[in-house]
Amino acid sequence: MKKKQQAQRIVITGELTIYTVRELKDTLLDGLLLTEDLELDLSKVGEIDAAGLQLLVMIKQEAAVAGKVLRFTGHSPVVVELLDFSGLAGFFGDPLLMICPFTAEGKSS
Amino acid sequence: MIPDEYLQTFVIECNELLEEMEAALLIVEQAADDPEIINAIFRAAHTIKGSAGIFGLDPIVAFTHATETILDRVRSGEILMTSALAALLIDAHDYLRLLIQQVAEGSFSLSEIDDQGVNLIARLEAEKPSDPVPVVYQSKLEREEHDVVGTDHWHISLRFGTEVFRNGMDPFSFLHCLVTVGTIVELVTLVEAVPVAEDMDPESCYLGFEISFSSNANKLAIESIFNFVSSDCAIHILPPHSKTSEYQQLILDLPEQDMRLGEILVKCGTLTPNELEKILYLQAKQRDELAQPIGVALVESQLVSSPVIVAALEKQQQIKDHKKTEASLIRVDAEKLDELINLVGELIIAGAGTSLIARRAKMADLVESTETLSRLVEEVRDSALALRMVQIGGTFNRFQRVVRDVSKELGKDVELLISGGETELDKTVVEKIADPLTHLVRNSMDHGIEAAELRLARGKPAKGTLKLNAYHDAGSIVIEVIDDGGGLDKGKILNKAIERGLVSENANLSDKDIYNLIFEAGFSTADNVSNLSGRGVGMDVVRRNIQDLRGTVDLDSIPGQGSIVRIRLPLTLAIIDGFMVGVGNAIYVIPLDRVVECVELKAWSSDQNDGHYLSLRGEVLPYRRLRDHFATEGDRVQRENIVVVRYGEYKAGLVVDKLMGEFQTVIKPLGQLFNGEKSIGGFTILGSGEVALIVDVPGLMSQVEQERT
Repeated sequence: MKKKQQAQRIVITGELTIYTVRELKDTLLDGLLLTEDLELDLSKVGEIDAAGLQLLVMIKQEAAVAGKVLRFTGHSPVVVELLDFSGLAGFFGDPLLMICPFTAEGKSS
Repeated sequence: MIPDEYLQTFVIECNELLEEMEAALLIVEQAADDPEIINAIFRAAHTIKGSAGIFGLDPIVAFTHATETILDRVRSGEILMTSALAALLIDAHDYLRLLIQQVAEGSFSLSEIDDQGVNLIARLEAEKPSDPVPVVYQSKLEREEHDVVGTDHWHISLRFGTEVFRNGMDPFSFLHCLVTVGTIVELVTLVEAVPVAEDMDPESCYLGFEISFSSNANKLAIESIFNFVSSDCAIHILPPHSKTSEYQQLILDLPEQDMRLGEILVKCGTLTPNELEKILYLQAKQRDELAQPIGVALVESQLVSSPVIVAALEKQQQIKDHKKTEASLIRVDAEKLDELINLVGELIIAGAGTSLIARRAKMADLVESTETLSRLVEEVRDSALALRMVQIGGTFNRFQRVVRDVSKELGKDVELLISGGETELDKTVVEKIADPLTHLVRNSMDHGIEAAELRLARGKPAKGTLKLNAYHDAGSIVIEVIDDGGGLDKGKILNKAIERGLVSENANLSDKDIYNLIFEAGFSTADNVSNLSGRGVGMDVVRRNIQDLRGTVDLDSIPGQGSIVRIRLPLTLAIIDGFMVGVGNAIYVIPLDRVVECVELKAWSSDQNDGHYLSLRGEVLPYRRLRDHFATEGDRVQRENIVVVRYGEYKAGLVVDKLMGEFQTVIKPLGQLFNGEKSIGGFTILGSGEVALIVDVPGLMSQVEQERT
């Protein structure tokens, strides 16, 4: 593997929804292009919907294809909630605090 | 690879279904909101989807699925069938036909739907329900006691359409709603469909969900949650303790890989690993043995008890039986039919030979017996020929579509009336008549039927009428194309014909002669050359095509009231009434419908040195000695005869030695070796075992003309 550049960090602020995904897609892809190691700070995400979640899936896959490191950090409560509800926490593989508001029975993820 | 013969059957079936679909769509477009007709369209789409699925033609499955979904909604009264929707469905039908065509040609791309398809699917999906009712894939609530999966939970599969976000909906809000009627036991989000970055439209939805759901609510309550998204979402809901086969169906129906889906189902707790293994094993086996019915596979592995399967198979059989009685037809290879007719032809020849011998032997009982035999043989021949007969209605019905399209193109409102569709004629003829007929229909609509304003000014209804009619008449079939348009402009045709040098200025022509000039080569009177007709090629091609079928075409017209084109065709191409003539030692057969009269050569010809013309009752008649033409050997006779034959507009004489009378002739094609010989159309075998050549009159005449120039 090539010599790693310095890790980059992008902070997503406010909405990660259908209203913002179009521009966020470009931002994220550009960010990923510049570095081998990207950190996405989700702590400022105030709102996330399925489109936002899907965008995270896309960028995660993109990073995997390119052999780059992509980490999601500081998941805000709404993000945690959605990740948990969707059962995708395992897919992203980032450490996050588990809370299970929607499931009555145990989870194995 | 799919075996060719299956694929061929698939293509044939699909084309039949598409024809049914088109016919039904055209009726629907006209007005009728008959549930039966919409059902017919739905069934067609559904069956195509099913068969395409078997062959793994995924793009067709995806496309028909979209079509089927919209039709299902029409069926359930959610969407009203408008003529705009019908037009859209006709487009969808055309696209499907294109896909099937590609399959037939082997140029079909298995990978994905092309832009046109995507576009059409988007248009289909854009049809909004007028009164939303959930569309939920049938999964029967009643079920057998055995062979059900162990879970107490519902299983819900959701695949959201790409437009969901743009329509302002969030899939998760529906899922949150689910919590109001029960508990989500396990939810798996499927992100497999999310494309790579460059192909991904962040505003399109690619998500799917598999949910194991615990609830006491009934199915309707669960379905109703998805009411608002039902148009944009494929929803499968399986109640607790559903049959294994229902899960198998679910796995088949969903777009993801079977293995991956299976894992998800296990993860959801819907299936136990054991149950999944069974299903996947069966699935794989099925793929290996495509021919083996699913039911057999299931019973063999004792997953489903026989009674259930028997019941299911009975049901299937019923459906199949029903299908059969609908058409009550057997599909037979055309080649087999040809072979049969060929054999019957041989039988006739052999029979005639036997009769001859019997008569020669002068054994009364033998003669009697051979006569019975030959009567039977004739009956066999008639029914064998009848096998090749098809109704012309199918061909006529195709013109509904032609008329519809051309009406739109020309901006004229034209109604097509069909009569005599049950008239039967030879399959080969039916196939070959479609093209010329299309040309005539287009021509009538373009030149014949006037624009609506003009029609009203002439006191006619604004809607033009075009009629296709067929009937039997004296051993031939007559097809008529009738329009109530402006008729032909006699003066214009005559001027044009003179301008083109087709007739001389002072020629004395009847009205009918003038009308029929439009069948001459290079003739067109259209002031504006339109996309459809008026390029000056066409009517002569029509006439030539029809003449190739040994038919004739003529036209009549009443100014201001319309015109009628009448095509007269022989019923079959395999057997003709022949006129036998002898030349030297050889026997020739001239098609009887070409023969006008027979006269003695000496009575009319003063020229004994083989001139080229003689004067027959004051008419110039070119003639030709067949003996010279075919270089036949044998003694010359004293009294030669002339058979006057007609071809197209012309007459000519063929000089022969002997006239031998009428003879039912089974035409046998000549070998490739004789391809260059235009004056012989085929041969036949006489009762005596001798071979007689069949004279192709137009071919012979063109050869004679060529020799002279």
